[in-house]
Amino acid sequence: MTSDHADHAVDIDKHVRIYVTVFAALLVLTIVTVAISRFHLPVHQAVTIALIVATIKGSLVACYFMHLISEKRLIYAVLALTVVFFIALLALPVITVHDGFWIH
Amino acid sequence: MDIPYTVELRRDTGLNNGKIGIWLFLASEVMLFGALFASYILIRTGSPVWPRGDTILDVPLATFNTVVLISSSVTMVMAWASLMRRRFGTFRIYMGTTILLGAVFLVVKYFEYGHHFHLGEFPSHNNFLALYFTLTGLHMLHVAGGMAVNAYFWGPGAKLWKTNPEWFINRVEHAGLFWHFVDLVWIFLFPTLYLL
Repeated sequence: MTSDHADHAVDIDKHVRIYVTVFAALLVLTIVTVAISRFHLPVHQAVTIALIVATIKGSLVACYFMHLISEKRLIYAVLALTVVFFIALLALPVITVHDGFWIH
Repeated sequence: MDIPYTVELRRDTGLNNGKIGIWLFLASEVMLFGALFASYILIRTGSPVWPRGDTILDVPLATFNTVVLISSSVTMVMAWASLMRRRFGTFRIYMGTTILLGAVFLVVKYFEYGHHFHLGEFPSHNNFLALYFTLTGLHMLHVAGGMAVNAYFWGPGAKLWKTNPEWFINRVEHAGLFWHFVDLVWIFLFPTLYLL
C-alpha cells in the first residue's frame, strides 16, 4: 500500500467514525422529539421546539452524510439561493395570514 | 467522444457534472416540498381548529419508520465509504440493506394507509388528512424512486465498477445525496404531521 493510499484509508476510517456518531445523535434526537411532544406544550412552544430539534437533525444529515461541511463554493451558492426562495415561499402565507388578507 | 467531467473535476468549479447536477435537482426538490409546507402553514393557520397529529396518526409506527429511514441513510453512506475503500462485497451488503430498509418503510406506510382507509379516512375527509396523504404520498414516491436507483446500482449498474470504478463511485455518491435528502424531508415531516 502506497503512502497516498494509506492516508486515504485513514481518512475514510475517520469519516466512518463520524457517521456512526451522527447516527447515534440522530437516534437520541428522535427520542427527544417524541418525548417533548408528550408534554403537550402550547402550540407556539411545541412548534418552535420541534422545528429546532428537526433543524439540528437535518443539519447533521446535510453536513455529514451529504458532506456539505466540506463542499465546494458553487454548491453553497446554489443552496444559499435556494434558502432565500424557500424562506420567501414559507413567509408568504404567514405574512398574508397575519395581515388578515386571506381571512377577511 | 467521451463526455467531459464525468470523473475529473472542472478547474473553475472543482466539481464534476454529476455533483452539480444532483445539487441543482435537490434545490428544485426543496422548492417542491417547500410549496407543500407553505400550503400546510396557510391551511393550518387559516383553520379555526386543527387536530393534533397524534390523535389521528400512529406515532409509535412513525417513530419506528423514522429510525428505519435514519438507519438507511447510514447504510447508504457506508455503501459509498466501502467503495472508497475498494471493498465491493461490503458495498453490496450495505446497499442491499439500504434497499431493504426503504422497503420496510414503504410496508409500514402501506399498513398505516390501510388502517386509515379501513376507518373511512380518505384525503377528502378533512384538510388535515388531505395534507397528510399529499405530503407523505409524495415522500413515498421519492422513497420508491430512490430504491429503484439504488437497486440499479446494486444490480445491473454495478458492472461499471469493473470498467470505470471512479465513475461508479461518483454515481453512488450522487444516488446517496438523493437518498439523504429523502431522509431529511422525513425528519421535518415527522414532527410536523405526527406530533404537532
